[in-house]
Amino acid sequence: MTYLWIAIAVLLGAASLLGMARLVVGPTILDRALSVDVLLASAIAGIGAWAAFHRDPTVLPVLLVLSLLGFVGSISISRFVARKQRDKAESHERSGTP
Amino acid sequence: MTEVLDWIAIVLLLAGAALSFAAGVGLVRFPDLLSRMHTAAKPQIVGLALILAGIGLRLYPDPRVGVLALILLFQIFTVPVASHIAGRVAYRTGRVRSDLIAVDELQEQLDRD
Repeated sequence: MTYLWIAIAVLLGAASLLGMARLVVGPTILDRALSVDVLLASAIAGIGAWAAFHRDPTVLPVLLVLSLLGFVGSISISRFVARKQRDKAESHERSGTP
Repeated sequence: MTEVLDWIAIVLLLAGAALSFAAGVGLVRFPDLLSRMHTAAKPQIVGLALILAGIGLRLYPDPRVGVLALILLFQIFTVPVASHIAGRVAYRTGRVRSDLIAVDELQEQLDRD
């Protein structure tokens, strides 16, 4: 059974490393926001696996907070990108260039 | 009885971790944002449900497992909204590779309007 716990930890660690690779490579800010979401999902899974391994329910509120935090983060990044794009279009209109 | 529940729990946790790993691989290998969003959604809902079921089986007699249902509920409510807004912004700001889309019904709709 110990080997299975180690396998879970290795899978989650590899998932986090791959997500980190996409975070570094990019290419757009939305790709990075998406990989942060995946990193957060891996973190939730990892903390949950820790709670299951130790039979310790004290970390469950942390999972609750993390699941809401990811929502706020990705929504605000998306709105920020949309706002920036609109500002750019408006400034083009004002200066007369397409 | 506890032994059986533990084995079921560890299989569920392993499946959830495997989905997380699959999302990581897809994130690195897939070509554009929409296909990466497709693979990234798997651990956020299904993987999380498997992990939470595994935790619940490990902690079973404890009354605090109700928090697990709350976590899954919040995630099910928030993840589709966030994905929808991210996909919409990606399409409208031209960050989607149109050569990879077979049928683009949204563009037809936008052209008509």
